[in-house]
Amino acid sequence: MLIDQVSAFIENKPGRLVEILTLLGEGGIDLRAYSVAETTEFGILRMLVDRPEDAVALLKAQGFRANKTEILGVAIPHVPGSSVAVLQVLSDAGINVEYTYAFVTPGAGDALLFLRVENNTAAQAALCAAGISLSEVKMLY
Amino acid sequence: MPQDRYFQQIETASRDYLRAVQSARLIQMVRNCYENVPFYKAKFDALGLLPGDIHSIDDLQKLPFTTKQDLRDNYPYGLFAVSPDRLVRIHASSGTTGKQTVVGYTQEDVLHWSEGAARALVAAGCTKNDYVHVSYGYGLFTGGLGLHDGAALLGATVIPVSSGNTKRQVQILQDFHSDFLCCTPSYAMFIGETVAEMGIDPKTLPLRGGIFGAEPWTPNMRKEIERLLAIDAHDIYGLSEIAGPGVSYDCMAFDGLHVCEDYFYPEIVDPDTLRSLPDGEYGELVFTCIGKEALPLLRYRTRDISALTHETCSCGRTFVRMHKPRGRSDDMLIIRGVNVFPSQVEHVILEQGLEPNYQIIVERVDNLDVMTVMVELSDAMFSDSVSAIEVATARLRNAMLSTLGVSANIRLVDPRTLPRSEGKAVRVLDKRNVTEYHVGAKKE
Repeated sequence: MLIDQVSAFIENKPGRLVEILTLLGEGGIDLRAYSVAETTEFGILRMLVDRPEDAVALLKAQGFRANKTEILGVAIPHVPGSSVAVLQVLSDAGINVEYTYAFVTPGAGDALLFLRVENNTAAQAALCAAGISLSEVKMLY
Repeated sequence: MPQDRYFQQIETASRDYLRAVQSARLIQMVRNCYENVPFYKAKFDALGLLPGDIHSIDDLQKLPFTTKQDLRDNYPYGLFAVSPDRLVRIHASSGTTGKQTVVGYTQEDVLHWSEGAARALVAAGCTKNDYVHVSYGYGLFTGGLGLHDGAALLGATVIPVSSGNTKRQVQILQDFHSDFLCCTPSYAMFIGETVAEMGIDPKTLPLRGGIFGAEPWTPNMRKEIERLLAIDAHDIYGLSEIAGPGVSYDCMAFDGLHVCEDYFYPEIVDPDTLRSLPDGEYGELVFTCIGKEALPLLRYRTRDISALTHETCSCGRTFVRMHKPRGRSDDMLIIRGVNVFPSQVEHVILEQGLEPNYQIIVERVDNLDVMTVMVELSDAMFSDSVSAIEVATARLRNAMLSTLGVSANIRLVDPRTLPRSEGKAVRVLDKRNVTEYHVGAKKE
């Protein structure tokens, strides 16, 4: 399924990440997952939150650059090698993965894999054709 | 006249003789301006001035000023006083918003300019027996060809290396027996550091001296260059509007730069009132090209802040000396020898569809000028993808390089965090410690 991911620009100066997270916390935005992509010049904070629209509005109102992007969420069995199966399908279909991250929810049987690809429709089609379930990623919300 | 001390006799001429030469040349130049440059004719008419009103160099203050803007308004050849059959050379330097400042020379102009550069070389101890290694860039920039022609006129052996490929420069310094090095001071520093990195003892190099210019440098840099290359480091000053390097130069006394006042007559004026200032007082340096044919500029405002002294130097030269420029009366920056105006940076930013909120930071890192342009990240430029932001940044960086002629780092910052364009926004943070420059040209 497609999931709204919220991204925010982190200027390369101390305390910036804390400021963003504090702002979201005070705005009652619940973070389910986040990761930071960093370069020598800047960083990008990528988050999965309960209220993506509100999170973007809140960040923008406080002068941060933020946006919302649809990424692909796939529930995979929590067993060795399961993420490889998904990535292999995309690779075979010639679909580039820009970035990816995954996490396991304690107690749940499945793991969640998130993928940023250029063409979500093509990726979904390839995964469906390979018999990979694109069922609701329920445990996220 | 021992040629090992002065290149030409006029360098030690009496003040009276110099004034006579200057008066005769000014009268001729004013006529040339009036008759051949419509821009000056109009200025004279507006002032009710006729060439006949100028009788000697003492009448200089009756004449109108010329600015860089005048050159821009008459781009490219509008201020030239001669027809193309008499022109033998064009040079240009970067100007604001992409337009260059274009200058032209007759055969005679090139000769006078070369004399200036040759005088500078001789004042630094160079003779016709020496090998002169020119590492200034060759091209529209006056550095390369200026020192090249000067060394050739002196009869020295020119090694026209041009800039870049520093290890090869060092190889040539060693193998070609370079006696004098000519380049920007920051490049001299870089060459010196490369010498050390290559494990070469600078004392084993044949090099005896260096002539460095085209950018401001500090007394500390001079000491460092002298240590790294085991030479005496001499300053050379010039600007293409007047001629190029060789307008003024250090002698062995290192007590101010001797101005070739037989061709380039200097004044110091208050940049606000434009009134002439006496010897010793700092103000804007103004030149009248009394010896120029192709581009005879009257009272050209250099925007460099300096002071003059007419006392005879301990080296014996009577030529007026100018202090090493200690700053600018406009916002022009000199980055690795290239003139950069903040308005050019703004032009690029607007052209790239960004808001004109920016800040320029100039630092000297490992003795090289580094310019960083801080730009507020626009909504359109932001993406969740690192590569998309990097591509947009690279596009901006390339646009800067092609407009400014010098590279700039781009640093993205959050929106609404830089000073706004209204009021007196601090656009430029020059951390190169400019105050250090006026500690005096005199060397301990």
